[in-house]
Amino acid sequence: MVKITDVEVEKIARLSQLELTSEEKRMFTQQLSDILTFAQHLAQVNTDGVPPTISVLDLVNVWRDDEVKEWLSREEALAEAAVVEDGCFKVPRIMDEE
Amino acid sequence: MRKEDLETVIGLEVHVELSTESKAFCRCSTAFGAEPNTQVCPVCLGLPGALPVLNKRVLEYAIKTGLALNCSIASQSKFDRKNYFYPDLPKAYQISQFDQPIAYDGYVDITVDGQARRIGVKRVHMEEDAGKLIHTGDDIATATSSLVDLNRAGVPLIEIVTEPDIRSPEEARLYLTKLKTIIQYLGVSDCKMEEGSLRCDANLSVRPRGSSKLGTKSEIKNMNSFRAVFRGLSFEEERQKEAFLAGEEIVQETRHWDESRGITVGMRSKEEAQDYRYFPDPDLPPLAIDPTWVEDIRADLPELPDVRVARFIKEYGLPDYDAEVLTTSQRVADFYDDCVRLHADPKAVSNWIMSEVLRLLNAEGKELEETPLTPEHVTKVLKLMDEGVISGRIAKDVFEETFHTGRDPEEIVKERGLVQISDEDELGRIVAEVLEANPNVVEDYRNGKDKALGYLIGQVMKATRGKANPQMVNRLFKEKL
Repeated sequence: MVKITDVEVEKIARLSQLELTSEEKRMFTQQLSDILTFAQHLAQVNTDGVPPTISVLDLVNVWRDDEVKEWLSREEALAEAAVVEDGCFKVPRIMDEE
Repeated sequence: MRKEDLETVIGLEVHVELSTESKAFCRCSTAFGAEPNTQVCPVCLGLPGALPVLNKRVLEYAIKTGLALNCSIASQSKFDRKNYFYPDLPKAYQISQFDQPIAYDGYVDITVDGQARRIGVKRVHMEEDAGKLIHTGDDIATATSSLVDLNRAGVPLIEIVTEPDIRSPEEARLYLTKLKTIIQYLGVSDCKMEEGSLRCDANLSVRPRGSSKLGTKSEIKNMNSFRAVFRGLSFEEERQKEAFLAGEEIVQETRHWDESRGITVGMRSKEEAQDYRYFPDPDLPPLAIDPTWVEDIRADLPELPDVRVARFIKEYGLPDYDAEVLTTSQRVADFYDDCVRLHADPKAVSNWIMSEVLRLLNAEGKELEETPLTPEHVTKVLKLMDEGVISGRIAKDVFEETFHTGRDPEEIVKERGLVQISDEDELGRIVAEVLEANPNVVEDYRNGKDKALGYLIGQVMKATRGKANPQMVNRLFKEKL
């Protein structure tokens, strides 16, 4: 049984830029604990001598040659932007207010 | 304890933009200066479902750089996601490398006050650049909004991280200069700091001399030129030493170099250290580096600056200083090699390139390849001087014209009637005239003022518009005085 704390949930929420109500915090604390507890099953497997798995696909060295290909026009690229100005995506003020 | 008893410890993180045609994980162009958001696609815009595919040349360039920096090349490597939110990063993560950098444990040798110093290179890893932000106010702090251009997003970078082996701002400058030279020799980046293709952040701390424990460091950012790196680190070194001696606590923080005020400014310290939650990027399969390929790349490396310096000293008998200056640029070093093949005196060629060629390049702010200059131009001018056809003074004028126009020096000399006057009768007559016209100077000379002779020779040069054979004029004066 893995138990994570309110503090950890708050930190994860902050890193994910989420604001949680106290109700949501309680819910996610429970859910995340359950998920981690489930994942703990893996810790019981003996992995001595097994190299870490980076990918479940049996693929290595997937690459392409260095060639340019145009794909989107600027209009297409900006089509989903909330606000466009001077050919750019316009975003709200970045620094927090004091 | 005094300032002299404190030691500065610096580590540098250098980002170098690789000069590939296409981006690291998509096929958008990397060309500099295009209209905003015209070199983008679903991959570098971070649209859902788009999948990155590695540009093989990025890997090749990273290996090449690793080898040139005397690194070991990883046999297993991979890409990781570095997670953070910022408007220039549309995926909310940067593709980078965390625990398996492509190259590690190398070094760069520099010369500090004639002493060899070895700066350890901890790692070289591949990553992608972010986009560019244009703030609508004066700066980010007062801006009410920002504009995002994603043309740079996904452009390949390598990050080169040193060990904390650097002991002064001057060593940092020398390391950067050397690194830039090596990378330019490799041809993997154009290293233009003003276009952002070479960027440098630094970690700096101080400690009592002799201590092996590292002090608390600050990270200095926003140093946009080699000079800024030197000034920024010099300021920060002083600041920390004064704080240390005053018994103040040095806080671990990021500090911003303010070029116009000449100071570093602490950024508001965050409540907690950044937590990037690196994890392997599941979209990019791991890399298994073929050692044969690595050896092929090694065999293909150009003659690097250190090797070239040694060869210039050994093969051409040049002083260390000449060898260092001539090899700072690969083009100049190639040019020198070509000149020496055409001219018997390597030191004379070196003198001419260091004084005339580099002076003119500097004055014009040009690179050698942007001029019409050929090795034959240099050796022809030297030959004209050797044979006494033109004086050194005229040679400089002729060469300057060649530098600008690419015209043959022999032709210029003929056309402008610049052939040196070595006719003893003719020069004797002019010398006699000058002596007669300047009795006071002659008197001065006879009274032991050696400088007076220089003035008299100058008068002959003036009368002949610089064409008089200076040795002969000198001799004639000495005979007559």
